[in-house]
Amino acid sequence: MTKIKSLADLKKIKGDLQSKIALREKSDKPEGRVIVKVAMATCGIASGSKDVMEYLVDELDKRNIDAIVSQTGCMGYCYAEPTIEVTLPGNEPVVYGYVDLKKADEIIEKYIRNQELVDGIIPVNYQTIEKDKED
Amino acid sequence: MAKFKMHMLVCGGTGCRASASDMLFDNLKKELQEQGLQDEVQVVTTGCFGFCEKGPIVKMIPDNTFYVSVEPGDAKEIVAEHVVKGRRVERLLYVDPVNKKQIADSKGMGFYKKQIRIALRNCGLIDPENIDEYLAADGYEAMGKVLTEMTPEDAIQEMIDSGLRGRGGGGFPTGVKWQIASKVSADQKYVVCNADEGDPGAFMDRSILEGDPHSVLEAMVINGYCIGATKGLIYIRAEYPLAINRLKIAIKQAREYGLLGKDILGSGFDFDVEIRYGAGAFVCGEETALIHSMEGERGEPTFKPPFPAQSGYLGKPTNVNNVETFANVPVIYNKGAKWFAGIGTEKSKGTKVFALAGKINNVGLIEVPMGITLREVIFEIGGGIKDGKKFKAVQTGGPSGGCLTEKHLDTPIDFDNLLAVGSMMGSGGMIVMDEDDCMVAVAKFYLDFTVEESCGKCSPCRIGNKRLYELLEKITKGQADKEDLDNLRNLCMVIRDTSLCGLGQTSPNPVLSTMDNFMAEYIAHVEDDRCPSGVCKDLIRYEIIPENCVGCTACARNCPVNCIAGERKQLHTIDQSLCIKCGACLEKCKFNAVAII
Repeated sequence: MTKIKSLADLKKIKGDLQSKIALREKSDKPEGRVIVKVAMATCGIASGSKDVMEYLVDELDKRNIDAIVSQTGCMGYCYAEPTIEVTLPGNEPVVYGYVDLKKADEIIEKYIRNQELVDGIIPVNYQTIEKDKED
Repeated sequence: MAKFKMHMLVCGGTGCRASASDMLFDNLKKELQEQGLQDEVQVVTTGCFGFCEKGPIVKMIPDNTFYVSVEPGDAKEIVAEHVVKGRRVERLLYVDPVNKKQIADSKGMGFYKKQIRIALRNCGLIDPENIDEYLAADGYEAMGKVLTEMTPEDAIQEMIDSGLRGRGGGGFPTGVKWQIASKVSADQKYVVCNADEGDPGAFMDRSILEGDPHSVLEAMVINGYCIGATKGLIYIRAEYPLAINRLKIAIKQAREYGLLGKDILGSGFDFDVEIRYGAGAFVCGEETALIHSMEGERGEPTFKPPFPAQSGYLGKPTNVNNVETFANVPVIYNKGAKWFAGIGTEKSKGTKVFALAGKINNVGLIEVPMGITLREVIFEIGGGIKDGKKFKAVQTGGPSGGCLTEKHLDTPIDFDNLLAVGSMMGSGGMIVMDEDDCMVAVAKFYLDFTVEESCGKCSPCRIGNKRLYELLEKITKGQADKEDLDNLRNLCMVIRDTSLCGLGQTSPNPVLSTMDNFMAEYIAHVEDDRCPSGVCKDLIRYEIIPENCVGCTACARNCPVNCIAGERKQLHTIDQSLCIKCGACLEKCKFNAVAII
């Protein structure tokens, strides 16, 4: 890793990273990649999110779906762990709760393959700082 | 395979289900079928929207129309109007309580403003083990700005202007704390992050460290620059292994990028961070005890002054801030003190993260602006009380806080208001209790915790809390008399006034606040030998109600001590001399034939 030597340097790297991530996530081509984030904080792992994450990585690969599965922190919905967030190309992210292996399979087959929503969506009910910026 | 053009999200949260959202769901499906639209419009149930007051909720996708208080009978109209004709059903739209305007798009609705994620901004969004994702989310930019464009004095002033107060519980103004530490001259100063989260039921700091460790590191560098410290220490309890692991990864990655270490971003400023492990003692959340523990001494508090800002770690000036406090810092520099001070109440700015737990539907982590009411937190964001039970109290501030009741539901939550009603903000644990909780037993639970966690250095806390616990035990056993209640209160006052540190000074709070708010329950225990909630085992007995018992033998089969006698299809009886009051019979009986007397 190269060192970041100045604030200008930092801003440039940020710009590069952002466009890289935007390219990865916001591609609206139908064959664009699916992004799956698994909440892997203590609460999630205790409820089995590790197994779900491994399952998702394996199964998406087996079923030839081009997806990025990554871990993230607590989404705050501890009552509904394990929780995952799925972003289909060109779509708003959708959070699913109570995701066991069976549910994960359903999400792959119905939502990721056919864009058919699956029961158990957790609606986003908070504001982020970015949204506030637009006000 | 059909591709749906439209989706209807029907809330299946407990609150909405109680107002017939499942019937609404069925009706919507039926209507779509009748119109032959079942392959074009999909109906799905969702978790709680956090807006139970206006339930059931239906959200239409992709146009984000948000219908509230929808009844099963409205299904026909929604399908006929919205789906078929593409016209919104005006009468079901949400009406803004302030300007009385109908709001169609859920994004413009006030209830989204009930939660603003500042400290939790990256939790659940970025990969905590990848610094690049943090950098892409404005990470380390605040640090860069402070280190290269601001003087320490200006940076401290910005912090003071923001009005940020310590999120660990005390609520001391963060900027002022930094200023004091900056004015003491010394050859070495330290920045300490207090990650010794000890309140029962609290997990905010753990979640921040697990979800966004870099935000804390970034803030520590800023803090170091402001006060003139080049070393940072994170004091974290060893029972948070995942948080520790992610912190280690974060520190390593930040060093590799040169964001920790020598000459950060060419500013000439050096700063590095180390982790120190605690053994999980509650008292080590107190800053002087924490510092002693880091020095390898016993984790015991010492009298202040001198404050850590004057003489802290290894006798050097030390600034101690909590995890959540630090997590707020980078945002304040990125968006400005004025922006931050625009959120919250007059004296408590910004947001607070709460760990919602107990008898509540949506147990979880929430971040709300200061000044929100308990009612909004519990009945809207929290989704109300489990199993439709009645709300009784909410405990805030952990073992140092108190219980708030129905009459406090509309009190705006901030540091000063909570103190005024006999509780405190604390670190942010919020434990909700329902009608089945005995408040004397709750007070006893917290005292049990305090007795266990008292370090033993000063006698009021070491001995006084033990005696308090014994008095409470006497009450829950029905052996106390009225004089004991007076003694209980007097002892509370003595402990509060004479203890050395915050632990002892606040430990009587659970007792005092339950006595203030639920005196009738104490009196029932003392005068009538009765526990109104049926919790205190020595004051209750399980009885079989002859009219309801059908003789199914379920209770007898599940009794662990075989104290229930009775033949099949005949009345059963409980042998009170053998009963251990475990409640298994009550749980197993399907005929309401077991009662707590």
